[in-house]
Amino acid sequence: MNHNFHLVVDNVEKRFDTKQGDFLAIRDINLRVNRGEFVALIGHSGCGKSTLLNLLAGLSLPSNGVLVCAGREVKGPGPDRGVVFQNHSLLPWLTCFDNVYLAVERVFGGKEPKAKLKERTEDALKLVGLSHAIHKHPNEISGGMKQRVGIARALAIEPAVLLLDEPFGALDALTRAHLQDELLRIVAETKSTVVMVTHDVDEAVLLSDRIVMMTNGPAATIGEILDVKLARPRDRLALAEDSNYHHYRKAVVEFLYAKHKKAA
Amino acid sequence: MSNAITLPLVASSNVTERENKRSAHEMFVETAKLTSEETSDSRAAREAELANKMRRRRERVSSLVHATVPALVGFALFVLVWQFLAQINNQIPSPAKVWAAAVKLFSDPFYSKGPNDQGIGWNILSSLKRVGMGFGLAALVGIPLGFMIGRFTFLNRMTAPIIAILRPVSPLAWLPIGLLVFKAANPAAIWVIFICSIWPMIINTSVGVQRIPQDYLNVARVLNLSEWKIFTKILFPAVLPYMLTGVKLSIGVAWLVIVAAEMLTGGVGIGFWLWDEWNNLVVEHIIVAIFVIGIVGLLLEQLLTRIAARFEFNEKS
Ligand SMILES: Nc1ncnc2c1ncn2[C@@H]1O[C@H](COP(=O)(O)OP(=O)(O)OP(=O)(O)O)[C@@H](O)[C@H]1O
Ligand SMILES: [Mg+2]
Repeated sequence: MNHNFHLVVDNVEKRFDTKQGDFLAIRDINLRVNRGEFVALIGHSGCGKSTLLNLLAGLSLPSNGVLVCAGREVKGPGPDRGVVFQNHSLLPWLTCFDNVYLAVERVFGGKEPKAKLKERTEDALKLVGLSHAIHKHPNEISGGMKQRVGIARALAIEPAVLLLDEPFGALDALTRAHLQDELLRIVAETKSTVVMVTHDVDEAVLLSDRIVMMTNGPAATIGEILDVKLARPRDRLALAEDSNYHHYRKAVVEFLYAKHKKAA
Repeated sequence: MSNAITLPLVASSNVTERENKRSAHEMFVETAKLTSEETSDSRAAREAELANKMRRRRERVSSLVHATVPALVGFALFVLVWQFLAQINNQIPSPAKVWAAAVKLFSDPFYSKGPNDQGIGWNILSSLKRVGMGFGLAALVGIPLGFMIGRFTFLNRMTAPIIAILRPVSPLAWLPIGLLVFKAANPAAIWVIFICSIWPMIINTSVGVQRIPQDYLNVARVLNLSEWKIFTKILFPAVLPYMLTGVKLSIGVAWLVIVAAEMLTGGVGIGFWLWDEWNNLVVEHIIVAIFVIGIVGLLLEQLLTRIAARFEFNEKS
């Protein structure tokens, strides 16, 4: 196994035990992700994107094959891999601040004084534009705001790998654009490796170095991988005029809607 | 049942009280503002707002009326039927007679003339004390046990059959065992309360632990939280509402059972007192006792409902 890759997915297969019997969700998944690379996972609903992300996170284990993170086999989750869940997963009895603080304390507690932990928490929430809602409970804020707290929680621990499951799915277009820009900036700064699940073609092209396109489930696998060779830093306004951008965009749209059209 | 009738009553009267205080203050501010110079436009707007406020208040008052009137009618009918029954059967004391007896009893609730003749206040208090002790011990044992049963499948499978067999047994069936072991009436009664209130606490707590959404546990796993953090930040808050439901059910059962247990064991206590008055054939006291038991039970449940409401968190939206 090559140690230069940050993430290695080798012949991975995931089956679920369901009431209807054995269900093969994904199969023959092979993927190598470089350090600092930004990879988008795109595919129709139910194809197994979250399943693959959970395997990377270590939240579930593969039925076959191996996953390797930083040269070590993934045997469980750890704070080196920050996860933003598809359904935000905030703890409803904690304020936004406390939700983020819980993560910060776990990773930096012991090493840094309390004031610094507090500062980190506040900075993370400020980054996602939630300074005003810092002491609210999750039920007092909108769905998009909850998602942003989830993002803040993952970013606050400065993980080497950031695993994002449709982090901007619940957001309006303006907030989404703002957070995409923020994410680009943060990732450029922290040089984190990112794997992000998305439904959005523009988002995938704008953010990633490679787009992994998945075929439809059941027994989904990687259909094509598209290298996005657009210079960084990327600017959404400039890209709107860029013919390469449109070329990449078209390639993804073709994969999704011509080659692997979802049987509705 | 009693909950369903009284809860909205209590709640709505509280709200109106608070509202009244608030709007009295606001009206003061409002008039103060009105006297200062203002354009006629904003004044009109203010007046409209004020009118709106008054209308909302009227609506609130009428909803209060809607809540209280049926309850009062219900009570009146109840007393009427009772009066009627008392008329056709002269062994049943009339409402007026019972009321007079109650007034007399409660005018001196804390007298004490030896162990078998004490004021009604002492009787209530000693029953409450027994319930409190049995119940407290049950919480001390039942809640941690519930957590463990919920968390460890092996323990769950181990204890499930025993709990399934013992739970449906009438708590009074345990009284002889209590008498045998403790050789005294009082600890035996506490023992019975302990047994009957422990099941809802164990079961609700363990169900609460099992129902914790996987999402929350995933958060714990991703962050690799310590067992202590998992317990204080995730398990305990998530289970608290279930636990309090168990506690609430327990106190209801415990209060039901203490009366029966005291009838069998004797001593001081509201159940024993009721039985004693039956032996003395003072029927109006029996009826007073019935009401007292009902009201104390209701208050206990209300108290716990209030406590539980404090810890409720909103998962949705
Ligand atoms: N725990 C599970 N048990 C059984 N089947 C599962 C489980 N988790 C996922 N699946 C199945 O695996 C398939 C892939 O699910 P997954 O959640 O990974 O899809 P997805 O690509 O993330 O979809 P979406 O875009 O809607 O989030 C689905 O058919 C789903 O029903
Ligand atoms: Mg998904």
